[in-house]
Amino acid sequence: MSQATVAKSQSRKVQSPELQSPKSVLPARVATPHSPLPTSYSLRPDLAVIAELIPAGAKVLDLGCGDGELIHYLVNTKQVKGRGIELSEQGVLACVRRGLSVRQGNLNEGLADYPEHSFDYVVLSQTLPFLSDAKKILLEMLRVGQRAVVSFPNWGYWRCRLELLMSGRVPQAPGLPQPWYEAPRWQAFTITDFAHFCQQINVSICQEVYLAHGRRIQVRKIKNLLATTAVFALEKTA
Amino acid sequence: MTITQTQSSVNDSVGIVQPDYFTFAEDEPFCLESGATLGPVTIAYETYGRLNAEHSNAILICHALSGSAHAAGYHGTDDRKAGWWDECLGPGKAFDTDRFFVICSNVIGGCYGSTGPASINPATGVAYGLSFPVVTIGDMVRAQRKLIDHLGIDQLLCVAGGSMGGMQVLEWAAHHADRVKAVMPLATTAHHSPMLIAFSEVGRQAIYADPNWNNGDYYSKGKRPDAGLAVARMVGHITYLSDASMHQKFGRRLQQLERYGYEFNTEFEIESYLKYNSNNFTRRFDANSYLYITKAMDYFDLAQPTGALAASFAAAEAVKFLVVSFTSDWLYPSYHSKELVTALMVAGADVTYLDIQSTWGHDAFLLEVETMTRLLGSFLDRLVREEGVARPEKEIRRQGDRETRRQGDKENGSIDPALLERLRSAAEVMA
Repeated sequence: MSQATVAKSQSRKVQSPELQSPKSVLPARVATPHSPLPTSYSLRPDLAVIAELIPAGAKVLDLGCGDGELIHYLVNTKQVKGRGIELSEQGVLACVRRGLSVRQGNLNEGLADYPEHSFDYVVLSQTLPFLSDAKKILLEMLRVGQRAVVSFPNWGYWRCRLELLMSGRVPQAPGLPQPWYEAPRWQAFTITDFAHFCQQINVSICQEVYLAHGRRIQVRKIKNLLATTAVFALEKTA
Repeated sequence: MTITQTQSSVNDSVGIVQPDYFTFAEDEPFCLESGATLGPVTIAYETYGRLNAEHSNAILICHALSGSAHAAGYHGTDDRKAGWWDECLGPGKAFDTDRFFVICSNVIGGCYGSTGPASINPATGVAYGLSFPVVTIGDMVRAQRKLIDHLGIDQLLCVAGGSMGGMQVLEWAAHHADRVKAVMPLATTAHHSPMLIAFSEVGRQAIYADPNWNNGDYYSKGKRPDAGLAVARMVGHITYLSDASMHQKFGRRLQQLERYGYEFNTEFEIESYLKYNSNNFTRRFDANSYLYITKAMDYFDLAQPTGALAASFAAAEAVKFLVVSFTSDWLYPSYHSKELVTALMVAGADVTYLDIQSTWGHDAFLLEVETMTRLLGSFLDRLVREEGVARPEKEIRRQGDRETRRQGDKENGSIDPALLERLRSAAEVMA
C-alpha cells in the first residue's frame, strides 16, 4: 500500500498519465513554500471534471490530495467541507499553507479512521493503477463516503493498442516514466476492464465523463478506444 | 510582563523578559483530582507580545517535564541562554509576538516559581517535601485556567506544547474545549504507555536510592540528592535521543583520548555528554519535583473514564487540531499520535496530522525548527484568517527597537547556534 501511495504523490507531481501526449505537461502540484495563494485557478483537466461532479456544500475527502489543489478549489468555489489524506510531508505542508485540514498517512490507515458515511464524496484521482488492492480501497471509499469519484488513465486508448501491436512493447504513459521493472509499479487496465470490475463488486457507475488529452469528448460506444482518461462517480448498487 | 528590546537580544528575540506571579486559592483551597487540597497556589508565568483589544490573540504554551515558564528571550543582559522555545517564539517567528500574546506558565508541582514540593508550606513554615499532594496533568491545566481567567482571556486562540506540554494541550482540548479555538499537541500521547511509566520509575528509583534524598526531606539538610537526580536525568536524556542521532553526534568517539584506558573513567563522548548535562540539570532542578511531575505523567490517561479515547473528545468537535509526531521518536512513537488522530476523527474534530521525518528522536520537536516554523506558522495564519484575529496595537517604540536589533544581527554575523549547542540547550529543557 505504501508503495502505491508513494506512486500516487509522484504521479501528481509529474503529470496525469495522459497517454501518448507529450504536450500535456502539467504544472507541478507542490506549491513553493510561502508563495502567495493563487487567486485564479486552472485545475488539471480531470480535477476540473471531478470538481464539476461534486455539488456545492458537500462533505468531501480527497485521497492522496497532493498540495490540496482540488480541495482548496472546492472549499473556495463550492463551499464544500473538505478534508484530505496525503502521504508526502511536502504535500501536507503545502495543504496546511493553503489552510486545509489534512491527515498524513497512506490510504489504508487514513480511510480506516473514518466512520461509515462520514463524507458525501470520496475522491481518488489518477491513483487506481498504483494500488496494490484496488478492490479494498474502492469498497472502503464507498463505506466512508456515499459516493466515490475516481479518475484514471485508459490503457485501451487506440495509440496504446497500436504501440503494443507495432512495437511489441507494453505502452507507457509519458506521465509515468518508470519502466515496468522499477517501483512504483503500475497496473495497466482499460475503461472496459474497470466497468466489468465495478459490476463484479456491485458498484454502479452513476456519472461518467471521458477526456482525450485534457479535452472532454462526447462518445458512447468507442470511448475505450478514444479516451485517454475516464472520470466516474460510483455508488454501491442497492 | 515588562518586555523591552535591547541590543543584546539578537535574532528577533523578544528581548529581556521577567517572570510574573499569580497567586490564588488563598481563602478557598484548590481541590486536586486526588481529593487532596492545596492552597495558596502560586503560578510563575511569562508573557510575550501584546493582547489585542478583543483579547482574541492569546496563545498558551505548555512546557515539558523539566521546562519552565521561560519560553523565550533573556532574563538579563548578561544572560547567555535564551528561553527553551526561543527559536519558535518571537517577532516574525512561528509564534509571532508581533501578532500574538503568548503566555507560558510553570506547572504546579514544578520548581521554577510555581508552587511545588520545594515551596514553603504556610501551615508549617517549612518546605512541603513529600507532604506536597500528588498533582495530575488535569490539576496543572485547571491551575493554568485560573491564570487565563486572571489575565482576562475568555478563549485562547491556541494551546501548544510538546511531550508533557502536549499532554496539557490535550487536557485543554478534552476538558476545557469551550476555552480554546485550536490546539497543537506535539510529540505526545493521550495516555502514558507502560514503557513510559517504566522509564519514569527507573528515574524515581534512582532518586529514592540516593541517601541524601531522605524521604524527600532534604531542603534544610545542606545536601541534595544530586547523584540520584543525575542518574534519573541520564536515563531520561537517552530516551530523548535516537540511535541515529547518537551515531551522528557522538559515534564511538573518545573524549580527549587516543586509545582506551582500560579503566572506569569517562572515556566515550556520549558518556561525557550525559554526565555534563545531568550535572547541569541537578543545579537547576529539584529532585522532588522530578518525582511529582513524572508521577503526573504516569497517571495521564485521557481514555478514562470510559476507556474510549474518542468519547473524551466528544466536546472538542469545534476545536481545530494540529497533531505532530516525529519518525524517530521512540519515546512517544508516531502510533500514539495516530491513535489520537483516529479518536479525533471518530469524535468529528477538525484534524491536521503530520509525522515529520527526522532523525533527532523525541528532541526533534525542538530541533526541527524549519519544518516546525512552516507548519505552525501556516496553521496559525489559517486561525488568524478564519477567526478574524486582529493585530494588537503597536508599541510606540517598537520600530526603533527592531532596527537596533537588526543592526545587532548584522554585527554578529551568523546568529544560528551550532547544532551541538542547539542539541545541548534542547536537552537542557527536554522531556
